[in-house]
Amino acid sequence: MTDRLLSVQNLRVTFGNRDVLRELNFEVFSGDCLAIIGPNGSGKTVLLKALQHLIPYEGEIHWSQEARVGYVPQSVAADRQLPLRVTELLEAKARFLHLADEEMEQVSSELNLSPEFLSACIGTLSGGQFQKVLIAFAMLGRPNVLLFDEPTASLDELSQERIYELVHELQSQKGITVILVSHDLSIVYRYANRVLCLTKGKPCIGPPNEIMTPQMLEELYGAPSKYYRHIQEH
Amino acid sequence: MDTSHSYAILLAAFFAIAAGLVGSVALMKRMVLASDVISHLALPGLGIAYLLKSNPLVGGGATLFLGTLLVWQLQKKTGLATDSSIGVVFAASLGIGALLTPNEDLLEALFGNFEKLSLFGFLLGTAAVILIVAFVVQMKDRLILNLFSPDLASATGVNVAHLDLGFLLVFSLTVLVGLRFMGALLSSALIIIPAATARQLAGKMTEFVVVACALSLVSVAAGFLVSTLIFKTSTVGPSIVIVSVLLFAMSLITKK
Repeated sequence: MTDRLLSVQNLRVTFGNRDVLRELNFEVFSGDCLAIIGPNGSGKTVLLKALQHLIPYEGEIHWSQEARVGYVPQSVAADRQLPLRVTELLEAKARFLHLADEEMEQVSSELNLSPEFLSACIGTLSGGQFQKVLIAFAMLGRPNVLLFDEPTASLDELSQERIYELVHELQSQKGITVILVSHDLSIVYRYANRVLCLTKGKPCIGPPNEIMTPQMLEELYGAPSKYYRHIQEH
Repeated sequence: MDTSHSYAILLAAFFAIAAGLVGSVALMKRMVLASDVISHLALPGLGIAYLLKSNPLVGGGATLFLGTLLVWQLQKKTGLATDSSIGVVFAASLGIGALLTPNEDLLEALFGNFEKLSLFGFLLGTAAVILIVAFVVQMKDRLILNLFSPDLASATGVNVAHLDLGFLLVFSLTVLVGLRFMGALLSSALIIIPAATARQLAGKMTEFVVVACALSLVSVAAGFLVSTLIFKTSTVGPSIVIVSVLLFAMSLITKK
């Protein structure tokens, strides 16, 4: 039986008088790739932040003792003019967490980070390279769960493909559990084994082919389900 | 030159180093406006101290630290990048300070005065500088993570709110050390301008911080010499600021 890593019960997050998330119940098991889908403003990013206890919430979020969580945010409002090299950023995290020196080398080798890449200033990196830095940052500390918040927003198609291949490799080869927020339904269909759908009504969770029905997608995004059918044909 | 003058000069040099260090972080945190306002928070306290004929640094320090807590709360509660609320705090402290400070002391409160310094004052100032440097060195990794992304820093386990408060207090302490000879208006200038200059010249973080400290030191030394040798005045703040602004202008020309 697979281990349960996360249990969420009656989760509710409110901003002012507005319920962003309510009556949310789900579980995540070791090895899962759970995709969170929903229209803009449905609370996907809020959910990832609540899962890390970064914002106030009601209800229960229980991580198992074995869970070590890494987080790759949607975007980082970092000043691209910061005189900060990739290696300085990663070393700062490694020192703060008192990680062994080998861990930096291991992450660099796993993600194929070259010495030139490591010594580059973050301001000089392309969108795809910057995203790779965020993944490397999340990988320090040997996480067995990675939370991705639209990791490829604002990237070109080739970079998107590379990032998702990397995510898939981490999941399949290293057995990392992935919780992924994505608007890209083809990616969700390709990689996720479970889908959590945040709707205005009651949230639902299940395998992609059960959750991502044309009716559900039309309800979610208010558009016909052409995209879904297109994926099905491939 | 007697020993008390040497103490004052030495403390000015220590202040310059602390200002360069703290200024580099403030610039990278993009909190230059907030920092500038913080130094003005000392003015009402200076005014009260002058009125009561007590030590201006005690009064200035008291309102400085109270004001810092106010700025921190405004940042934390409102989530503002501080603009409007800080503008109000700035105007209020300047108004109250100018109203309370006796006319004959106003110039000194605003622009400082380079006077003799007792051994006790020197030791107190030096202890403050050691505390400032120790904070930045000790918190270096947390500061880097927070500079990159407060969200990621929190997710990594950094208590960002406490770190921000710690940094604001350290910033206030730096202003307080420089208050005596730079005044409430100009104290923050030496924290901000050398760092802005260094940013033009250095590409790497360590290089940036070292250059900021060096430029701050050069500004203090050159400003002090210009004031005493050319203008024959003990109000050294304006000369120091002018030197640092000239260095900034030169950096724009030589920007790599």
